[in-house]
Amino acid sequence: MPLAGYLLVAALLFAIGLAGALTRRNAILVLIGIELMLNAANLNLIAFWRFGPHPEALTGMMFAIFSIAVAAAEAAVGLGLVIAIHRHTNTTDLDKMNRMKG
Amino acid sequence: MQESAAFTPQFAASSITGILWLIPALPMVASGVIALLKQPRRKPAAALAIGSLSVSLLLSSIAFAHVVAGWAHGSVVREFVNFTWFRFGSSTVDLGWVLDPLAAIMLVMVSFVGLLIFIYSVGYMAHDENFTRFFCFMSLFAGAMLGVVISNSLLLLFMCWEIVGLTSYLLIGFWYQKPSAAAAAKKAFITTRVGDVFFLLGIVWLFSQTGTLLFYNHGVGSLEGLALVNLLSQHAGLGLSAAGAIGLLVFAGAVGKSGQFPLHVWLPDAMEGPTPVSALIHAATMVAAGVFLVARVYPLMSIGAAPHGTTAALTVVTWVGASTAVFAALIAVAQNDIKRILAYSTISQLGYMMAGLGLGGVAVGMFHLITHAFFKALLFLGAGSVIHGCHEEQDIRRMGGLRSDMPLTFLTYAIGMLALCGFPLLFSGFWSKDGILEAAKHWDISKGPFYLLVFGALLTAFYMTRQVCYVFFGHWRGYETAHESPKVMTLPLAILAFFAIALGVIGTPAWPWFHAFLENRTASFGWHGFAEPGLLQLMLMSSLVVFLGLGLGWRLYGDKSPKPEAPDALKRSAPWLWAPLRDRLYVDELYGITVIAFYAWWARVADWLDRRIWGGIVALVAWLFGLWAQLNRLLDIDWVDGGFDKTCEELSSGGGLLSRVEGGRVQNYLRILAAAVVALVAILLWSSRP
Repeated sequence: MPLAGYLLVAALLFAIGLAGALTRRNAILVLIGIELMLNAANLNLIAFWRFGPHPEALTGMMFAIFSIAVAAAEAAVGLGLVIAIHRHTNTTDLDKMNRMKG
Repeated sequence: MQESAAFTPQFAASSITGILWLIPALPMVASGVIALLKQPRRKPAAALAIGSLSVSLLLSSIAFAHVVAGWAHGSVVREFVNFTWFRFGSSTVDLGWVLDPLAAIMLVMVSFVGLLIFIYSVGYMAHDENFTRFFCFMSLFAGAMLGVVISNSLLLLFMCWEIVGLTSYLLIGFWYQKPSAAAAAKKAFITTRVGDVFFLLGIVWLFSQTGTLLFYNHGVGSLEGLALVNLLSQHAGLGLSAAGAIGLLVFAGAVGKSGQFPLHVWLPDAMEGPTPVSALIHAATMVAAGVFLVARVYPLMSIGAAPHGTTAALTVVTWVGASTAVFAALIAVAQNDIKRILAYSTISQLGYMMAGLGLGGVAVGMFHLITHAFFKALLFLGAGSVIHGCHEEQDIRRMGGLRSDMPLTFLTYAIGMLALCGFPLLFSGFWSKDGILEAAKHWDISKGPFYLLVFGALLTAFYMTRQVCYVFFGHWRGYETAHESPKVMTLPLAILAFFAIALGVIGTPAWPWFHAFLENRTASFGWHGFAEPGLLQLMLMSSLVVFLGLGLGWRLYGDKSPKPEAPDALKRSAPWLWAPLRDRLYVDELYGITVIAFYAWWARVADWLDRRIWGGIVALVAWLFGLWAQLNRLLDIDWVDGGFDKTCEELSSGGGLLSRVEGGRVQNYLRILAAAVVALVAILLWSSRP
């Protein structure tokens, strides 16, 4: 299976995540979309590593693991924010969370 | 220490002269303290005023005794204390006080009569709620009047003179809630101001010529040889020397203060004040201050006269005095207000004094001043007692028969009346008036004043008889029954009555003590004084005139007690004479159509000028500025504001557009981000194509 296949899958995954993040009203679903996009990026990292000139060095893997760790932290922060907002406004609908506007 | 050196009097005078300033200062200080007292504190107010004036009287008596003692030793007593008030350039303005026979006599008279009137006022003003204010003003007056008397500087005299004028104003308007009293106070103040302007001119002239306003100052005062000779050598036009002209200007001030024609109009109206005020200020002392002033500056007026001759200035004084004497006596004949009759009588007697000064010198005029002060104060206080007893009634037609209701008042009033008429031999007025008549008879220039003064004497006897008949004879025509006044009022009457008789003793031809004292001759007793040619005939003639006046008055008014509404006896016999006299010979009306009409016209002109000319200019300037402001407004609104508004509008609309981007919707941001990434990728792909 050539590199292009992985990239296509990753691109598809990214597109799905983006679509979800852009279209869903629910903050949690938007977060899920973002996770999808992140994982698409991880898939790319792994793929380029595997097909890169030095597959024996574990650089791509390291990147991916870092990225996953960061994503986990990000998800934790994001969910915490959503819960805090939900406590205040009793909703997770992003369209109603527009108090930050100038 | 420079200051105190200037104020240390350089004099070898007696200690009484050193503390002479206390005499006016004490009543003035008392006045200040009374002013600080609360309204209801009557007793302390009266006690302060009477106490301070008593001390002044005591000091005055000591001063008088001192002068008399010096005179008895044959030395001229003229002690003075001068000090520099301030200096400008090389000139100094000096003030000071003087003790000489003239001042000594006036001191005793003013403080003694003043004290009696103060005591009387305690009874008369007992029910007035402004009792303390009254004594405050009276005390201030007494202090200022005593200041006039002892001044050794024309400037200090003028200052005290003006305070006296102020207190006169305040006391005439004492019952200021009465419009007539307020108007009378203003009239008095303004009329005397006319004279005072001339007085001030005289002061300035004297200062510019002599460089000093001190009367006596070791030979360099303005009334002493050097200055007088200097003034005499200068001609001021109209046949007057500078001395005479200055004297006449000062005399104009005296005309205002002493109510001489034509500035007499304020004095009758001044009777709106409380009666003790009329007695003290407008009969005994203040109005006599004018006469005193002329006596004080007498050297200015008499310098240059030949022996037994006269000067132009003295001639003017004589004629003004003599004509005033008759003029006012004529008006007094037809008045019905008890105090107004006395007021016109005062004007008339002041005319006698002035004429006496002009005709016979200081002593003749001053003797009449002193005797008049006593008997006229007596008459006014008697009138006050009558008014008090008749429940504030002042119209003599509504009195009558008071002879039996108020015996003590009647007795003393009769004494005062006879003294005023100049009843022969017994009363002081006879001797002082005769002195003036005698001087007039020997006047070389004209016999006019003599006839005028004799006619005035006849009128005086006549109008006083008329008044006494109306008030004390006949039967009671008022509304409520009259009652005698309390002792505190009748006691001063009795004392004044005593002096109205007794004072004559010191001025008879047999023993001319008073004249000798003032003129610094030795006084000797001797019947030969009567032996002067023509003197006895003159006395006989003046007695006849007095009896004629008394008889005429009694015949017309007698014991008849006409109804208040009935026409006056004189009106029935001579109606053509009555009306002009009743209307005060139309002097007020004359002023009304001349001076006052002129001022009213001038006020209208000024009003027109103000409204039309100045108002027009102001309106024009305002209109121009308005125009300019409109222009500026247009500039502002259309250009400056317009530009500014446009900028703001653009800014805010631009901001509105941009603010839509910042919608607060996270997903919008994300969309834009995504679109941008897509665009960037597209550009990248596009540009990397070979």
